Amino acid sequence: MPPDVTAAATIPATLPKAPTGIDGFDDITLGGLPAGRPSLVCGAAGCGKTLFAMTFLVNGATRYGEPGVFMSFEERAEDLAANVSSLGFDLDGLAADGRLAIDHVHVERSEIEESGEYDLEGLFVRLGFAVDSIGAKRVVLDTIETLFSGFTDPTLLRAELRRLFGWIKERGLTAVITGERGEGQLTRQGLEEYVSDCVVLLDNRVTDQITTRRLRVVKYRGSAHGTNEYPFLIDGDGISVLPVTSSGLNRPASSEVVSSGVPGLDAMLRSGGLFRGSSILLSGVAGTGKTTIASHFADAACRRGERCLFFVFEESAQEICRNAVSVGLDLLRWVAAGSLRFEAARPSLYGLEMHLARMHRDLDRFQPDVVVVDPISAFRGPDTEVHATLLRMMDLLKSRGITGLFTSLRNDGALQEGGDQGLSSLMDAWIKLQDVEANGERNRTLYLIKARGMSHSNQVREYRITDAGVELIEPYVGPEGVLTGTARLSQAAREEAVMTRRRQEVERRRRDLARKREALERQMQEMRAALDAEEDEANLLLTQEDAHEAVLADDRTAVASLRGAAE
Amino acid sequence: MIGHTPLPEQAPDGDPDPGHYHLRLYVAGQTTKSLKALANLKRFCEEHLAGRYEIEVIDLLENPRLAAGDQILAIPTLVRKLPAPLKRIIGDLSNTDKVLVGLDIRPRAAPV
Repeated sequence: MPPDVTAAATIPATLPKAPTGIDGFDDITLGGLPAGRPSLVCGAAGCGKTLFAMTFLVNGATRYGEPGVFMSFEERAEDLAANVSSLGFDLDGLAADGRLAIDHVHVERSEIEESGEYDLEGLFVRLGFAVDSIGAKRVVLDTIETLFSGFTDPTLLRAELRRLFGWIKERGLTAVITGERGEGQLTRQGLEEYVSDCVVLLDNRVTDQITTRRLRVVKYRGSAHGTNEYPFLIDGDGISVLPVTSSGLNRPASSEVVSSGVPGLDAMLRSGGLFRGSSILLSGVAGTGKTTIASHFADAACRRGERCLFFVFEESAQEICRNAVSVGLDLLRWVAAGSLRFEAARPSLYGLEMHLARMHRDLDRFQPDVVVVDPISAFRGPDTEVHATLLRMMDLLKSRGITGLFTSLRNDGALQEGGDQGLSSLMDAWIKLQDVEANGERNRTLYLIKARGMSHSNQVREYRITDAGVELIEPYVGPEGVLTGTARLSQAAREEAVMTRRRQEVERRRRDLARKREALERQMQEMRAALDAEEDEANLLLTQEDAHEAVLADDRTAVASLRGAAE
Repeated sequence: MIGHTPLPEQAPDGDPDPGHYHLRLYVAGQTTKSLKALANLKRFCEEHLAGRYEIEVIDLLENPRLAAGDQILAIPTLVRKLPAPLKRIIGDLSNTDKVLVGLDIRPRAAPV
């Protein structure tokens, strides 16, 4: 692993902080709210101020051993308890344990007549009594601006509030004061002037009929903090804030290879699979088997003993599992074993940011090795926003070393091509699935447009979805490109015929040759026989000649001896 | 501690006399405003309700737990427990007209 190139910016925590226990919020504030000081949480109606405050208090009591007082100026204690019980907050139980105190302050203008000077000492007494009775370290005042409707003298109220916040600081109480968003300022009564240590703004924006909750730390005296608007989520698990832009381009790159789950596809890649931690785009029109390949991918991950999180936006988890059975994949057993988890939601259910926030939370909870998002094209919205969301989604996965498979339903029209390419530059690998229509039939092909950091096949390959899964077929390339389906079959038949003819030809030639060889050999034999005969005759003649020579010699000897005798 | 200031002319307890006033004054320590409020209260009780009133003074510094019960925020607060309905008047009671109207001793429509 390369050394950490960017110097980590460590900010010394000089200011003591009180953790809120709200997922993500403590990250962007580098520890939580300023301890021993009041913080202002403001926002319009229904943006989650009370829940934020209550979560801060309950987490303080249950996780950090800091009892808290909830002073409610709006809701009655019973209503509060009922409202948060769905989040698993047991206010009555906490109150019985002495870890939480709720005081409902009822302010009704019509019941109060004013005559002469007064102050709000009663409020101080009540708060002080509640704090002392349980030894509280945390206080929530929700929503204190209600007082302005109960009393006629705003000047006096402001002075009293200033005194109250001073009193809170003096007592070292970590307080959350909620305020309704006002026109032109953060709160109706300009509370931000008094509570200036930390101001958190909650927002609930509706764009195209889709609501997105956002949170921003407007100011935080004496501390660094994330300054962006962060989407946050309120659901059955409470509040979670997503620090989306925290991820930089500084992350380890793994050279480990993981299987795509389709053997033929792995074979198209030199390294035999895809890099762990990479982002893979699987694009194709309807019915090309994106989800099926994605199911393979998930199945392969679970087989390796990894954890896979499957985000589905167009189908239900049950449908995916059922459909996977038809290609021989038993995803349900992984679900039962806890290594595979489906998160299904309609894209229109939340805004993009909310989806991101939800995914972030799910990633934190499930800690997957592999993530499938099926399909990303389901996200609708302005191009730039969708692009930014997907970028952050990818960053999110990459920063955690999670391998991500994104499917995209691309129409064949050229209009969407650009959009896909804009996205593709973010992707490490892009597998394109295509429908090829020819000869009155439709066949599926795939090819790798890119695979960063590894050589890969450039071939267009046909694949079939069979009972045993996705199968890549040996390619047949004709003059008009790759041949698929019956064209491939007929081409195969044609090639078979050619082969047979060629084989027959070769056979015939071989037979001819053998025949020729036989004839020649016979001829050679005959000639050799003739030669032999001639040789025999010659030898005979030579032998006769020798004998004759010998006789002549004998004769000469005899003659000589005769001559000698005569001499 | 509840500073009970019964008056000799007080009607016996439990008397459902509709004209009987049960008043409770919440204070927090012996502040100027509190003392002024108590003095003002005593004065016009004597003037308008002689013989049929009862004043209870509650010092929240001594009994802080009582503040929540009567929804006390402002100090001083005068609460009319009886006759019903419950009425609250806050301040040092220096505006006598407002107090008398607030306690229904003088009808609202009456000219000042």
